[in-house]
Amino acid sequence: MDFVVPTVDLGSIAPALLVLATALLVLVGELFTAPGRKGALAVLALLGVAGAMAKSFLLWGQSQAAFSGMVALDNYGLFFGLIFLIALGMTVLLSVRYLGQMDMDHGEYYVLLLLAVFGMMLMASGTDLIVIFLGLEILSLALYVLAGFARTDLGAQEAALKYFLLGAFSSGFLLYGAALTYAATGTTNLARIVSFLAQAGVAGNPLLWIAVGLLIVGFGFKVATVPFQMWVPDVYQGAPTPVTAFMSVGAKAAGFAGFLRVFLYAFPALSVDWTWLLAALAVLTMTLGNVVAIAQGDIKRMLAYSSIAHAGYLLVAMASNSQAGVSAVLFYMVAYAFTNLGAFAVVVYLARQGQEALELSDYAGLGSRAPLVALAMTIFMVSLAGVPPTAGFVAKFYLFGAAVEAGLVWLAVVSVLNSVISAYYYLRLIVIMYMREPVPEAAPASTAPLVSVSLAIAATATLLLGLFPSALLALAQSTVGAIFKI
Amino acid sequence: MIQLGFPLLSVIVYLPLVGAAVVLALDGRNLAAVKATAFLFSSLTFLASLPLYFFFRVDTAAMQFVEKVPWIESLGINYQMGIDGISLWLVLLTTFLSTIAILSSWSAITTRVKGYYAVMLVLETGMIGVFVATDLFLFYVFWEAMLIPMYFLIGIWGGPSRIYAAVKFFLYTMAGGVLMLVGILALYFFNHAVTGLYTFDLLELRKLNLDFWAQLWLFLAFSVAFAIKVPMFPFHTWLPDAHVEAPTAGSVILAGVLLKMGTYGFVRFSLPLFPAAARELASIIAALAIIGIIYGALVSLIQEDVKKLVAYSSVSHLGFVMLGLFAFNSQGVQGGILQMINHGLSTGALFLIVGMLYERRHTRMIADFGGLWKVIPLFSITLLVVSLASIGLPGLNGFVGEFLILVGAFRHDWLWAAFGATGVILSAVYMLWMLQRMIFEELKNQQNQVLLDLSAREVLVLAPIIVLIFLIGVYPWPFLKPMEASTQALLAEVKSKGQVLVLDGMQAEGIPMARQDLYR
Repeated sequence: MDFVVPTVDLGSIAPALLVLATALLVLVGELFTAPGRKGALAVLALLGVAGAMAKSFLLWGQSQAAFSGMVALDNYGLFFGLIFLIALGMTVLLSVRYLGQMDMDHGEYYVLLLLAVFGMMLMASGTDLIVIFLGLEILSLALYVLAGFARTDLGAQEAALKYFLLGAFSSGFLLYGAALTYAATGTTNLARIVSFLAQAGVAGNPLLWIAVGLLIVGFGFKVATVPFQMWVPDVYQGAPTPVTAFMSVGAKAAGFAGFLRVFLYAFPALSVDWTWLLAALAVLTMTLGNVVAIAQGDIKRMLAYSSIAHAGYLLVAMASNSQAGVSAVLFYMVAYAFTNLGAFAVVVYLARQGQEALELSDYAGLGSRAPLVALAMTIFMVSLAGVPPTAGFVAKFYLFGAAVEAGLVWLAVVSVLNSVISAYYYLRLIVIMYMREPVPEAAPASTAPLVSVSLAIAATATLLLGLFPSALLALAQSTVGAIFKI
Repeated sequence: MIQLGFPLLSVIVYLPLVGAAVVLALDGRNLAAVKATAFLFSSLTFLASLPLYFFFRVDTAAMQFVEKVPWIESLGINYQMGIDGISLWLVLLTTFLSTIAILSSWSAITTRVKGYYAVMLVLETGMIGVFVATDLFLFYVFWEAMLIPMYFLIGIWGGPSRIYAAVKFFLYTMAGGVLMLVGILALYFFNHAVTGLYTFDLLELRKLNLDFWAQLWLFLAFSVAFAIKVPMFPFHTWLPDAHVEAPTAGSVILAGVLLKMGTYGFVRFSLPLFPAAARELASIIAALAIIGIIYGALVSLIQEDVKKLVAYSSVSHLGFVMLGLFAFNSQGVQGGILQMINHGLSTGALFLIVGMLYERRHTRMIADFGGLWKVIPLFSITLLVVSLASIGLPGLNGFVGEFLILVGAFRHDWLWAAFGATGVILSAVYMLWMLQRMIFEELKNQQNQVLLDLSAREVLVLAPIIVLIFLIGVYPWPFLKPMEASTQALLAEVKSKGQVLVLDGMQAEGIPMARQDLYR
């Protein structure tokens, strides 16, 4: 057997390598910063984010298979990379003051965030089930630690343990799915799976269906679809708020990046079998997420269920199995990233020393206490509900459009009715902020310039993407070449 | 398509939004400046909208003052605006009533004054946008976006159960709206399947001739949204809550403008886009309209709260509008459109008057009044005139609209007219009975002895409406003339396209060429 030395194309994963290098730099830098002054590391992390973003833009439009087809440099991966970097940048902005307030200002926090993004980027650009799995594990391990970063907090410990156990379990499913795929097709490389299925067909290969089922379970855990969603509320509630924000956007986007590429690119031959399954999961996921969110009194749990519902909407786009569906997922992810990070930014903004504003009733009278923050929160809630003129509306419009185009009108109807249900709990927060009297002891939160910056970025982006979505839509549409041969 | 060198419609749409930004930038403690700025911007908007009438060409059904700029090109979405004879009066009504509503809030709103006027101005932008958008995407954006300021208006400045009313209003309207969204998307892809063109341009989509079943489903998807907004029986249950809980100006805007969006939606979208379905369902819709007319009137009859009485009377009046529109003849449709304006004026005025009384006495119960004639004559005569206009007394505006609608309905089916006419009688019953108990009879309640008559500002608020009520009543021609060409074109389109039932697949032909040129 010939041994072929794999080609090493470091340039093709340059953004991810920049993030990794930054992580190492921060790790070294940790040694030279005094306790309580870890904010300097945040600056380093932000520089890494900026560098990786710049590199991604420089690489934009290139298309190249690297590392013997294990990883691909394409717009699809770069686009998701940018989403992760946005999430990372915003999360770092949210963390600096928060870590001090909650007495957990340790440098490895930033290292773990950077490593998680490295894993996410690997996952989004992986074109081999093994690489996708590795990316997933890198990001998951970092997130397990981050979820329990408040070491002394019981809730955080519970969150971390629960996340770890269920996450490891789901990774097992994913790995088993990959193994069975290998058994059925003789390869884990997506491109070779495609050519194998094109030649041999799918008939008489029952392992393949089991493999696809297991992969759905594995990815379903990561993106939190029903019935694999039960870890979400507890983990989101227990994890430090900036980490929750980061998970709700980054981990979900990474999960979908892998999910989409594996299913739409590698398994179109089986699409008749998995599209209806995904459609059914979509209905269950968004309905359960929205209905249960209504009953939540804790804002992080509410946003957790809301994020489950949004995974349901994204599955709708996936089930449409079309170019429009893929670009809809990408656009939706960006809109959701800014909106959701913004919503969590408000939660972080209102945190005080050792204490957070987590009960919905803590938001009473925010409209008169902090009009600008309340206005920003209103924009985020309106966007999450999918009401114009916000990014959330355009995203939903495009996404439901993909479903209608694919002939899934019933699914679009179920989805829009779901967004009406969701409007109820998103509006409730607005009701509380503007239409209830402020609780008397609510002292003004201390100033938070970095959090304010991230709030402003998120609110502006949410509005701008709602009013002028053209450019981003064009970007999202230019990514589908990675999945569909045009 | 008639274009002006200058984006007049955009100016009218966004001027209030600019005003809202200016108001927000002001110091909230300087109430006079906030009020003056809000009034300035709304009246400037009204003045800017007047040229629409003066430069309006009555000889064409084409869209006028058209603006068209690509917006989201990859999806074929344009920023596209224009008005024709159908929307002209609704735009003017909106700018007019918004100014009045802002002026009427001077003393009624005492909390969060700055926010209130900003929200009113944002609302105005949304409402005008709905009436001028001719791209379905743009229309939908305005349609939904407008819910947010209205939601705040009811929820923050409303009555005791304002939150319930605001949430109910929002969810009801949104539920209808999202179904329309799916309808819009389906229409978009149908159009692409036939013409190969991705567009949300209403004028392009109107050329499409869908097969009957597609029309039926799409008609239902659109019409649920509109029927909730009108509101048609049985979708009216949000209305009494919202109208009663809203602050006076909010009720004026709700009744005066927002309800018209529903009927406008039927005329602008449901009829020309899905004429075969509209014709097929006309009798069902007429039946619902008639139920609404009679039911609304009967419920008004038993109300003890005069604001509720006015609210339910809207269900009845809007039933008339729907009856006229679905008669599919020029009298009916023109009467329907005119009646939208009439209802906006007279019901708007009624809410204003009720609000003025509430500010004085902090009650709206009919039983608390009586004999007001002797104490506040000017107030009483205004209420009398406006109520008579609402009943449809000849010489006042309501008569012209209702008469045209009944003529149109009679021409379509005499039964429609017969049932509709009972609504006129019933409206006289509940209105006159209300007048009798409130302004005539004995002055029983001593608290009413000291009431003050209308102030100069209140006269200023009401006088323009009264003038218009008389003007339309005695000389409706200038109001009817501009809508003539557009209604004729609409009817021709509804009738001709309605007769072509292409049941097997979608076909692009079937629209008479003679009408197509009108929309170019």
